Amino acid sequence: MTLAINQERPGFSLLERVLHMNWAFVLLVCCPAFVGFLMLYSAAGGNIDPWAKSQMMRFGVGFCLMLTVALIDLRFWMRAAYWCYGLAFIMLVAVELLGATAMGAQRWVAIGPVQLQPSELMKIALILALARYFHGVSFEDIGRIRVFVLPLLLILLPVALVLRQPDLGTAILLVLGGASVLFLAGMRLWKLGLAAAGVIGAVPVAWQFLRDYQKSRVLTFLDPGSDPLGAGYHILQSKIALGSGGVFGKGFMQGSQAHLNFLPEKQTDFIFTMLAEELGLVGALGTLVLYLAIIFFGTIIALRSHNQFGRLLALGVVVTFFLYVFVNVGMVMGLMPVVGVPLPLISYGGSAMLSLLTGFGFVLNVWIYRDLRIGRRAGSPPPRGPS
Amino acid sequence: MVDKSGGHSRIKQVTRRAFVLGGVQAALIAGLAGRLYQLQVVEGERYRVLADDNRISFQLLPPPRGRIFDRFGQPLAANRQNYRLILVPEQAGDLEPALQALAALVPMGEQERARILREAGRKRSFVPITVRENLSWREVSRIEVSAPDLPGVIIEVGENRHYDYGAKAAHLIGYVGAVSENELQEGDPVLSLPGFRVGKTGVERIFESGLRGKAGSRQVEVNAVGRIIRELERDEGQPGDDHVLSVDMGLQDYAMARMGEESAAAAVLDVHTGEVLTLASTPAYDPNSFTTGISSTEWKSLIEHPRFPLTNKVISGQYPPGSTFKMIVALAALESGELTPQNSFFCPGHLTLGDTKFHCWRRGGHGRVDMELALEKSCDVYFYEAAKRVGIERIGEMARRFGFGSPVGIELPGEKGGLVPSNEWKKKQHGVSWQLGETLIVGIGQGFMLATPMQLAVMAARIANGGIAVRPTLVRSIYRDGTPVPRPRDAAPTMNISPAHLAVVQNGMRRVVNSPGGTAFRARIDEPEFAMAGKTGSAQVRRISKREREEGVRKNQDRIWKYRDHALFVGYAPLEAPRYAAAVVVEHGGGGSTVAAPIVRDILHEAQRRDPIGRTPAQQVTASRIGGPASVPSDAPLLDLRRKIS
Repeated sequence: MTLAINQERPGFSLLERVLHMNWAFVLLVCCPAFVGFLMLYSAAGGNIDPWAKSQMMRFGVGFCLMLTVALIDLRFWMRAAYWCYGLAFIMLVAVELLGATAMGAQRWVAIGPVQLQPSELMKIALILALARYFHGVSFEDIGRIRVFVLPLLLILLPVALVLRQPDLGTAILLVLGGASVLFLAGMRLWKLGLAAAGVIGAVPVAWQFLRDYQKSRVLTFLDPGSDPLGAGYHILQSKIALGSGGVFGKGFMQGSQAHLNFLPEKQTDFIFTMLAEELGLVGALGTLVLYLAIIFFGTIIALRSHNQFGRLLALGVVVTFFLYVFVNVGMVMGLMPVVGVPLPLISYGGSAMLSLLTGFGFVLNVWIYRDLRIGRRAGSPPPRGPS
Repeated sequence: MVDKSGGHSRIKQVTRRAFVLGGVQAALIAGLAGRLYQLQVVEGERYRVLADDNRISFQLLPPPRGRIFDRFGQPLAANRQNYRLILVPEQAGDLEPALQALAALVPMGEQERARILREAGRKRSFVPITVRENLSWREVSRIEVSAPDLPGVIIEVGENRHYDYGAKAAHLIGYVGAVSENELQEGDPVLSLPGFRVGKTGVERIFESGLRGKAGSRQVEVNAVGRIIRELERDEGQPGDDHVLSVDMGLQDYAMARMGEESAAAAVLDVHTGEVLTLASTPAYDPNSFTTGISSTEWKSLIEHPRFPLTNKVISGQYPPGSTFKMIVALAALESGELTPQNSFFCPGHLTLGDTKFHCWRRGGHGRVDMELALEKSCDVYFYEAAKRVGIERIGEMARRFGFGSPVGIELPGEKGGLVPSNEWKKKQHGVSWQLGETLIVGIGQGFMLATPMQLAVMAARIANGGIAVRPTLVRSIYRDGTPVPRPRDAAPTMNISPAHLAVVQNGMRRVVNSPGGTAFRARIDEPEFAMAGKTGSAQVRRISKREREEGVRKNQDRIWKYRDHALFVGYAPLEAPRYAAAVVVEHGGGGSTVAAPIVRDILHEAQRRDPIGRTPAQQVTASRIGGPASVPSDAPLLDLRRKIS
């Protein structure tokens, strides 16, 4: 039921946009969230308080936010892209100045009663800004190095800020998410490799910025058995919980590791472990398949778009989503250091949920405006008629 | 569809690269799935075991110790609830202020506080420390009320051993104490529980394995900080066996009181079964002091006491038997055929062998004496003569047949064997041959000869029962969970001694007490049905020099205590069909006839009046009394080695 896009008009009516909405994708996005409600219910020992209820409310807010973002004109977002980035950046700086310290890291800024994590917003804002930037770069220019100076700055400035907070997980996600957009935009692989080499070269410098607990987490990752009662305790307990789940799990709300508190942070970063312990390999693989489906359909949506901004934006969101999944699941299975990345849509927590749903709002937006062609120069009207 | 911005090529490139990136993403997620498979399927079993190790904690439940009763069911050793104040340093935080707060509730000395701090310094912070035992109800309630302000303070109910009769049965029952390093080597895991007690001496020690029982256990589910969530499994274990002794506590009590402050030992046996009815050693100690930890001053006063209250003199004291040994010499002479009862000797007050004079206790001599008269008057010269004829080897053989020279095998630790000397023994021990004069000295129970009071009682029992080799035993029955445990006992063998010969000795012993000329006539029992037979003995602890003898031997009362003779008496009653045999030794008591004989008379009189043998309670009475509710085992504090998640 593709509606013919009238390129003459700046946009569709609201009703048209609602009819255009990819409701299947909306439903798909809801699935992990429902899994999350169940797991938070279990984590609280069969109680919707304190986690499941507030998570549902947050999801409700995020869901509305997603639809709102989806229904606003794509060209508005294109115009607003740099502004969004700038706003997120200012908030990041604000965290440095007046942020509250939680869990040994400065990540939150209070805006009225709402506590916001600007670093989460920055993940989406960065994608938005990069998509906007590469939309304006011609195929011929893509080979030039100077074209990549600004995007690299766009990536590295917030990375430097979140490292100072310090938030290793967000830094990794920003770097990898940004790099993926650069790759998709057509940056030569060897240049990307060069940039990667530069980042790796900066690791010893970055190491100086890390707090002791972060250093020990990385070191523990490299040799988890070295200190089973100290820093390696979390990874070890997580692996025990996962492994003891077996094929079919210990049963919903029956996870001994989770419910006897051997598992740390079971409602946030280690919720996948609890899921795997209680629902077993079957449940864990099912969840991964769910994620894979979102990634697959997100990618399809992106590729259906006829404008560069939309494609890069949707793909960037999908890759960021993938990175959340991969880093979190890899981390709880002992494949990666414990860097504090939540399991998207399932872990308890507001900021990641809001920013991811906003991101999916953009994906849906890209779907609605998939047939819209936008000129390379920002704000310029698209060429009239078929060329 | 190529526009001038190269949009088409751009789009194709993005599509191409999106596929590459999509492939990479799918591959990485497949990698995660592979890792899941490895953890949950390949290594799943290992992690399941680890998860159970995490959540399941294994605890030992100390079994309630078996109780000890006398033959009528009087509790001699029982368990009492004991409230202990436990402090877990890890939970208490700063120890100094915590102890300060505790001191306001239970008075605590500087020394005690220092001990606790020292102990806390030595042990790891999650190991509970016993601050105080045996809290009173007042103290318990005071602490419970302020419990919310006292983190890490726990009141724990344990069990204490209690001995109702205190010092009156101390040497018999013994006591329990903390597990020593050596005992820990035994390997029973229950031994390492804090506050566990094991038998240190007496019946408590010898029957330790039965009294201890088997530890129960329980598996509990604990959370990460060690709090118990629920109990998964419980094995009650096996409570210790209840032991019923043959002792009659009433008679024991009487004997202890009768001996009073003397340094003395008394044993009363059932002549037919060897059952020990009384085993009394004075002075004694209070075993209750040991169960809760004895103070150093009390310990010191016990150790330094001149009359050795810690020694069980009945089985560990070794004394020259003196004239009480004369029955053995007489039987050796009769059985060897060297003498007949009618053979008589003239006693002029001494016997000369070579150039040595062997004196009779009576300076003027006894005139002509035959065997029975020699026993009645305790004539030394007769027995010098008898010993000379029989020889040391045959005397020794007869002594050993009556139980001398080796432990009689009573169920108590520390039993001594006494000493029956022989030529071979002397060569080995002193490197010189046996002298005939030494045989004469052994003939009156002196010299190298040594015996325990228990051996003397056994001799009396074996003479009284007509030559049956009974062995002393302490335990009548053992109850496990209220039902008796069968204990096969072999019938005592006969000693194959001619009844006629035994009758001569028995007659002599009867005359000792009941003939007006007998050495113990003044200690006779007037009621004919209770009348006893016996033999006096006075064992010199110091050689009487020639000069002393000429100047006139100083009376015992005039000598200082430790140079006085040991007073001995063995006896049995009643005269017809004897049932009770007794032996008493009073260290440095003076004469056997004046000091020991009256004690035996009173004890045997009391024994027959009480008649514990004839009055043996019906089995059910004992059983019902014993099968009563054993105390419930207390839960030991959870020793969890797991560290808190920080």
